[in-house]
Amino acid sequence: MTDLDLTILLASIVAGAAPIVLAVLGETISEKGGVINLSLDGSILLSAMVAFAIAYQSESLFLGFAGGGLVGALMAATVGYFSVYVGLSQVAVGFVLTLTARDLAYFLGNPYARLYGPQAGLVPIPWLQDIPVLGPIFFDQSVPAYLSLFLIPVVWWYLYKTPMGLRLRAIGENPEAAYARGTNTRAIQFWYTVAGGLLVGLAGAAFSLCTKTGWGRPQGAEGTGWIALAIVIFGGWHPVKTALGAYLFAFLQIMGIHFQGWWPSVPAQVFQVAPFPLMIFTLILMNLAQKGSARSSSRASPWLRGLMRILSGSAPVGLGRSFRPE
Amino acid sequence: MALFPEYSGPKELALRVLLISGGVFILTSLVLLVAGTPPWPAFYHLFVGALGSWNKLAQVLMVWIPLTLCACGLLYSFRIGLWNIGVEGQVVAGAIACTAVLRFGVESGSPALMLMVAFASGILGGGVWAVLAGLLKTKGGVNEIFGGLGLNFVAQGITLWLIFGPWKRPGVGSMSGTELFQESLWLPTVLSGRLSPVGLVLTVLTLVAAAWVLNRTRLGLSLKGIGSNARAAYLHGLNPNTYFILAMGMAGGCAGLAGAFQVAGVYHRLIPVISSNYGYLALLVVMLANYRVWGSPWIAFFFACLNVGSIQLPIVLKLDSSLSGIIQGALVLTTLLVYGLRK
Repeated sequence: MTDLDLTILLASIVAGAAPIVLAVLGETISEKGGVINLSLDGSILLSAMVAFAIAYQSESLFLGFAGGGLVGALMAATVGYFSVYVGLSQVAVGFVLTLTARDLAYFLGNPYARLYGPQAGLVPIPWLQDIPVLGPIFFDQSVPAYLSLFLIPVVWWYLYKTPMGLRLRAIGENPEAAYARGTNTRAIQFWYTVAGGLLVGLAGAAFSLCTKTGWGRPQGAEGTGWIALAIVIFGGWHPVKTALGAYLFAFLQIMGIHFQGWWPSVPAQVFQVAPFPLMIFTLILMNLAQKGSARSSSRASPWLRGLMRILSGSAPVGLGRSFRPE
Repeated sequence: MALFPEYSGPKELALRVLLISGGVFILTSLVLLVAGTPPWPAFYHLFVGALGSWNKLAQVLMVWIPLTLCACGLLYSFRIGLWNIGVEGQVVAGAIACTAVLRFGVESGSPALMLMVAFASGILGGGVWAVLAGLLKTKGGVNEIFGGLGLNFVAQGITLWLIFGPWKRPGVGSMSGTELFQESLWLPTVLSGRLSPVGLVLTVLTLVAAAWVLNRTRLGLSLKGIGSNARAAYLHGLNPNTYFILAMGMAGGCAGLAGAFQVAGVYHRLIPVISSNYGYLALLVVMLANYRVWGSPWIAFFFACLNVGSIQLPIVLKLDSSLSGIIQGALVLTTLLVYGLRK
């Protein structure tokens, strides 16, 4: 480990975080409507496999991404149908699906393991890429990275600045009231879950076609779905904050590689689990931030107060509950 | 928190079983056809691979033991309404604690005593890991699903660190695990090393204990009461948080026992994948058993058959062994759907 060029570091964070940003934005959308899609980890793997297989066969990156997105949407549709229409436990269905999709990906992906397929390379944007510092960070990236950057403000704007977003949040907070106001809660919950799943599927495709190219057992994306679920909580169900959480996670992953250079005696696998305890720690902090006692004791220091404000955020009240309009 | 409604007549039950098995058969055949394999040979080899000989049956039972132990633990945590996804890490923690004792027991004069201490240590290790997740929930406000998952990854990291670091083989550490224990510290087996009677007895005892505690004692009733309505139970004078920790501790103890069995009875060393995913699989077992004690061992047996049967698939048919996981998942999904639609 010699010196760390800040620009290169930031650019690799934006690139490495792209799939995670897509996944957390997707999950934020469905959880805002009150549906937890716990199948994230399996969805990402299965869509990564399908995207790679399609891209490999057709030699078309676009078809690969489309296939990956479709798989993610179908998985989410299953969760949505079982929970919203049949009224089963979202956690139970999501958990079974995540395990099954993982096995399905390994099983069907077997012939595609360790093959060299198409990759989404860097697409520098003319003029903009020449801006010092900002250019290499934001305008010399791959298409999935641009998509992730573009979607952060779009999702925020949609959820908080449009009537459709307001209606979705209303269902997530209080489905009974939304139903009483004449909203078709079931259809809306279902279709936003599917839309969220589409982004999760694109995240999977971004892994196998761009960030961790190729397919194998293990692919390398294992565990990301669980991390994404934790990041949504970490970000207090706010699209911009969850995206920042994804960047923080990507930063930790990259730093893990550097730490390994500093302490070669510690095996690489240990650094890979480092973000998980940190995630637990931030979840505890979030809980503290919502408690009155911690809030009053933090009043003394502006530093703590700021931290508390960033970490505060609450789940949609109706999250995880199946509402059956009768 | 029953997943399925109560029993509803023999005709309805027969219809449901038919729908479920038909659904699983169709789904699995579809997957096999997509993979370009005719379904029949795959099903045949699954069956023969699991029950084709007494040796295979012994192998199935050796999978059944840890799977059922994990399921017993989950029965406690599900009864109080907790989603103990951390069961996987609790198996690992039990395995580490057991290995730690056996490593120091190399010079001991009494291997039997050493093994007993090692199993106790495994139970304790799994219990501590589960209580940690429980405390994260009650004291830290961290949902047990995320606390448990985080701890799973941490336990996995500790295992790898031990295998490549302090406990590495003489020379260089490798993914094949730590050095084998001397044979006197292996759990005694019959059928030339294929079946461990001690493991079977321990598992049956754990099952009976779970059935007794959950269905016959005041503790079991309290767990159920808090699981169905924590607020009402609190007003009734039960402190949910105390029982959360207690239920997690018992769940982790069972999972830790499974981990100790994996170390002392199956692998005779610590390996990176010591839990063999049995914790996650046990979650499916208990869900399919509708969170009941006496359904669990049979479903665990069926799942163990699938796991063992799929081991030879890569050699015989060039298929990935994850087919068993697909069948298990399809089974739970179809069951959920059939019961959800016909209630």
